[in-house]
Formats: sequence, structure tokens, C-alpha cells
Amino acid sequence: MTVMEQRGAYRPSPPPAWQPRMDPAPLLPDAEPYRVLGTEAAAKSDPDLLRRLYAQLVRGRRYNAQATALTKQGRLAVYPSSTGQEACEVAAALALEERDWLFPSYRDTLAAVARGVDPVEALTLLRGDWHTGYDPYAHRVAPLSTPLATQLPHAVGLAHAARLKGDDVVALAMVGDGGTSEGDFHEALNFAAVWQAPVVFLVQNNGFAISVPLAKQTAAPSLAHKAVGYGMPGRLVDGNDAAAVHEVLSDAVRHARAGGGPTLVEAVTYRIEAHTNADDATRYRGDAEVEAWRAHDPIQLLEHELTARGLLDDAGLEAARQDAEEMAADLRERMNRDPELNPMDLFDHVYAETTAQLREQRALLRAELEAEQDDQEGDLR
Amino acid sequence: MTTVAVKPATMAQALTRAMRDAMAADPTVHVMGEDVGTLGGVFRVTDGLAKEFGEDRCTDTPLAEAGILGTAVGMAMYGLRPVVEMQFDAFAYPAFEQLISHVSRMRNRTRGRMPLPITVRVPYGGGIGGVEHHSDSSEAYYMATPGLHVVTPATVADAYGLLRQAIASDDPVVFLEPKRLYWSKDSWNPEHPTDVEPIGRAVVRRPGSSATLITYGPSVPVCLEAAEAARAEGWDLEVVDLRSLVPFDDETVCAAVRRTGRALVVHESTGFGGPGGEIAARITERCFHHLEAPVLRVAGFDIPYPPPMLERHHLPGVDRILDAVARLQWEAEG
Repeated sequence: MTVMEQRGAYRPSPPPAWQPRMDPAPLLPDAEPYRVLGTEAAAKSDPDLLRRLYAQLVRGRRYNAQATALTKQGRLAVYPSSTGQEACEVAAALALEERDWLFPSYRDTLAAVARGVDPVEALTLLRGDWHTGYDPYAHRVAPLSTPLATQLPHAVGLAHAARLKGDDVVALAMVGDGGTSEGDFHEALNFAAVWQAPVVFLVQNNGFAISVPLAKQTAAPSLAHKAVGYGMPGRLVDGNDAAAVHEVLSDAVRHARAGGGPTLVEAVTYRIEAHTNADDATRYRGDAEVEAWRAHDPIQLLEHELTARGLLDDAGLEAARQDAEEMAADLRERMNRDPELNPMDLFDHVYAETTAQLREQRALLRAELEAEQDDQEGDLR
Repeated sequence: MTTVAVKPATMAQALTRAMRDAMAADPTVHVMGEDVGTLGGVFRVTDGLAKEFGEDRCTDTPLAEAGILGTAVGMAMYGLRPVVEMQFDAFAYPAFEQLISHVSRMRNRTRGRMPLPITVRVPYGGGIGGVEHHSDSSEAYYMATPGLHVVTPATVADAYGLLRQAIASDDPVVFLEPKRLYWSKDSWNPEHPTDVEPIGRAVVRRPGSSATLITYGPSVPVCLEAAEAARAEGWDLEVVDLRSLVPFDDETVCAAVRRTGRALVVHESTGFGGPGGEIAARITERCFHHLEAPVLRVAGFDIPYPPPMLERHHLPGVDRILDAVARLQWEAEG
């Protein structure tokens, strides 16, 4: 008996257990970033939505300027500006319902603020008087995540848990182009697709991971194309076109809420400022590139649309500016007060019940503080 | 009065029962990990849970430990109590960033607003003939991370009791399961599990007057065996089972050392940078004037975990423990 005879039938192709999983074509992103403003699609946009987006963009730009100024005055330890990326930040917040969750990275304080977080509390991490300054459950905004892409699996888990509980809650997770190289980005997208979790991943491709340009970050046709490998749709959008970003994200949120699973959205934008105040962008990019992007400014794009179509008059523009100035003045005034610090807080939230060891260390610090105070009182006498 | 027949149960069975009872008592408890569903885990510790509670409650996840723990964080944020299985000690390392940067810190980061009640079960330690990456003692890494509880049972009753406590805890618990004790048996009644001491308390497993062996997890039975053998040498050894490395029970440990005046820390983990150094330092700081001899350590060698055919030379055994006991400066007594 030959080996063939012993084994029975001979199959030149794999057994039927192997099947192509799905047609990848519908998952593929468009060749060009989707745009609304300045195109025929703009006529279909809701004027009220455009006005709301505009007001938030103007506030957002002012917020970025104020936070940057506070850094120069020593009121913030560091500020990673989202200047130029306001359309993504604002649209992310406005695309969600109140019951939904936002998972921001450290550059996304503006998205948190646009969702309702008090700017002072949003900036607590960057001022340095605590880590997370706001109650994550108050506005359903997860703590700002500093380790890149690590918040993405959290968003997947939360969305999955909500679905298990029968709540129609969607999680929107934000990450940058650099973050897409992290392992957690891959694992989060894979889990989300396998579980069909109601999550929307928003990648703000702002051109740089600190100094490293996208060309050194990936060889993928686009970041949106990465979605296809996980079995979810990838969408490519002009990240400076607030109406387009809002539409794409809203569609993805609706799709997720309806049980359609996750979507990866790549918003093509540009980081106008350096990585943070501590960075020097002139070491890795030229003025011409920055100027080209300044000419594709998210506020100008929307302002042009609104004024050209007569949806916002000079008084409306002025009102938006006035509102932003008031927000900035309030932020400036409150951030110029020294935060109240209580060193004892350091021990109180490590565990639900403070351990004996931490109680000892707490007492040690208290004694040090008391000695310090006695010294100061002694000096005064 | 009826007497309940007490059959011997294995540690693995007690662990399964703990998860089963926790899941039955609390619908927010979810078990997740690699192969935990249909297969029941590579050690069968989650056997039957998917069948009884459904795959939404006992979930086979994709093979990615950071993703498993990272999604568990999100589930805990939404009010669930995930019980995560890391398949083997060394396969938990991809989840380190989630554990160190998020799981351990979220409560503190949010001033207590966002606690993460996650149990991370990690089969650990050697002695089962495992090939490379299947026998690490990784407890020192976890101990060095504030915000985590680090717990390890050595008895069948503790396996059940401590795991129930871990799952009920509002803090993250790294639950280290000594895999060579999975099949150890004890008369333990799953229908009437007795209460055990809380997480954070050490227990004297064997009282003694000559010296105190301080140990945990897989080394507890080894120390008990050594204590029996030591009787022939005229030593009456006390054995303290730490049960909980974090929080650490200074009180029980120091009381024991003050009674005997001599202390020996025994663990599989490497000696250099291992838990024994911390424990010896704590004893010295607190009980110096009660000590008749320096605190000694019997630990695994400072080498990468050996291949299975050589592991017996690495693991602390009865002889190495007794040799160390002999070095506790007994002559100074005379």
C-alpha cells in the first residue's frame, strides 16, 4: 500500500474549513480624505451643527493659545498643543451622545473640554497638582492617557462591557499617528473587531510623532488601511474639515451603536505647534510645510463656508470670539491661583484601605511637614 | 446531626470552585483569558465555567496578554469584576505596561474615583518540568509596584478563600498560583468552605521554638518537610506562610522572629533583588535586638530559570534549607 492509499483522498487545496472571511473591498478607505467644506456635500450640512462646530473651534483655538501662554508663565509644567487639530478634537466630542465615553490621549484635553470637562480640571495633569483632575464618570471621559495607545484597549473593554450589560453605549478612543505603531493599537483593534465592540478609533495623523515623520512610522498605504487587516472598515477624512470629521465620526458612532462593530478613522491633520513647549520643531521640519498647513486652517475653512453661505454674520463671528475670550479670561484667572496641595493625599488613594506600611510612611511625612512648619515659625520669630 | 463527608480536593479544584461561586454570587464577575472557555484552561482551572455561565461570562480571548488586561481595565471601568488568567508566569510579561501604568495606578490617579477591581491570576514557579518560559517566579516585579496586592496560596483552603477575597476586593490583586501545587490534595469541603485569614495576614503553619522559616506559595510544603526533617537534628522549626506579599504582615512575621530569635527566608525567586532581601531588611529593622544570627535567605540561584532536567539543582530543597539552618550561629548560644 502506498502512503497515498493509506491516507485516502488527496486534496490539492485546503479542506473547506478554510474560507475567505469576508470581502475586504467594502472595508477599504477612499483614496482621498473625505471632505465636506468647499464641496457640494456642504450644502447638505445642518447649519446649526456648523455654527456649533464653529463656536467650539474658536473656543478651542483660544484655549490652546491660553494654555500655551500659561506654560510660558510657569503655570503649566508642560502643554502639548492641539492647535491646528481643533476640528478633530471638537468633532470627536460633538459626535458622541451623553451616555457615550471618550478616551483621550494627553494631547486631547480640548476634546475633554468640548465634552464638558472644566478646563482647569482637564489641565490638572499638565499643571501637576494631581494626575487626573476630573471625575471620569461625571462626563464619561476616561483619564488622559500618557503611555501611547494604552487607552485603546480600555475603550474596547468598556464598550464590550456596556454591550454585555445591554446598554447602547459607544466608546470613542483617540490616538495619534505615532501611537499606531504601538502593540496596544494592534491588540485593541483586534479585540474590538473579534468582539464586534461598539468602538470608534480616531487616529489624528498630525504628521509627526514628536520629530519622527509618518514615513518613518509606517509603510502602510494609509493608517486607515490598517483597519482592513482586522476586519473593520477604515475611513480617511480631512482632519481640518470639522464638518467632514463630524460626519464620518457620527456615521461610525451610529454604526457601532446599531451593533455594526468598530471603525477606524484616520483624520489627516497637522500639528502646527511643536510637540510641546519643551520641543524645538525647527530641528526637524521647515517653515514652508507649516505655512502650507496654516493655509488649510480648520477655523478658516468653516468660517469661509459659514460666511459665504450667509449662515453667520459679523455679529455671529464676534459672539464666538467674545465667548472664547470669556472662557480664556476665566481659565487664566483660575489658573493664576496656586492650587491647593495636600501632601497627605499621596497616601490616601493607593489602596481602598491604606496598608500598615503606608500608614507608617504617612506619619513620617506628617512629622517632616510639622518640623518644616516649626522651622518656618522659628524663622519668623 | 449529620457529618459532612470531607473528600480530598486539589488546589486546582478549589480555585475553580472559588471562581464558580464568585460568578454565581455576583453577575459582574467575568473570567477571561487564553483557552479559559471551551478547554477550561491549560491547567483546567476554569473547567466548566463557560458551560455553566456562558461564553460572555467566561471568555476565550485573542492571544494577546496586554489586550486581555487592557480590555479588562475598560470592563472594570464600566462596573464589571474581571478575573483575568495569564496562561503562564512568563506569558504575563506583555501585560506589564497595562499592569504597571494603569491597573496599579488608576485608583490613585483619579483620587479613588475609578477603582479597578481586577484579579490577575498567574500560574507561577517551577517544579513541573516546564520548558523555558514556563517556570518563572515573577513576584518581585509585582511587589515593586505600589497599588497592587500580591497574594499566593499554599493550601487548598487558602486557594479558595484567598481567591474569593481577591475577586471581592475593590483593588487589583495579582493572584499567584503555585502551579506545582495545583494537584496537591487536602481534606477540604467545597460545600462548606471555611473562612480563612484575610489578605494581608500571614499564618504560622507550624509552631516552633528554634528558628522561623518565612516562606510562601510553592515553598511552604518544602519548608514544612524541612521542619519535620530538622527534628532529627534537634531543631524545632517554625514555618510562617506569608500568603500575601503585599500587603506585608510585619506583625505576624516579627512576632514569630522575636519568639525564636532566628530567621530564614525561603523562596524560589532569585535571591538578588528577590522578595527575601526586602523581608530580611524588614526583620532587621524591626527585630534587630531579638536576633541571635543574621537573617539568611535560601532562594533560587541568580540565573535564568534552568531547563527542566536541571531545575532540581536550582529550586530550594530540604537539604539546602537545613544547611542554612545550620549556619544560623548556633554555637554563639553556648
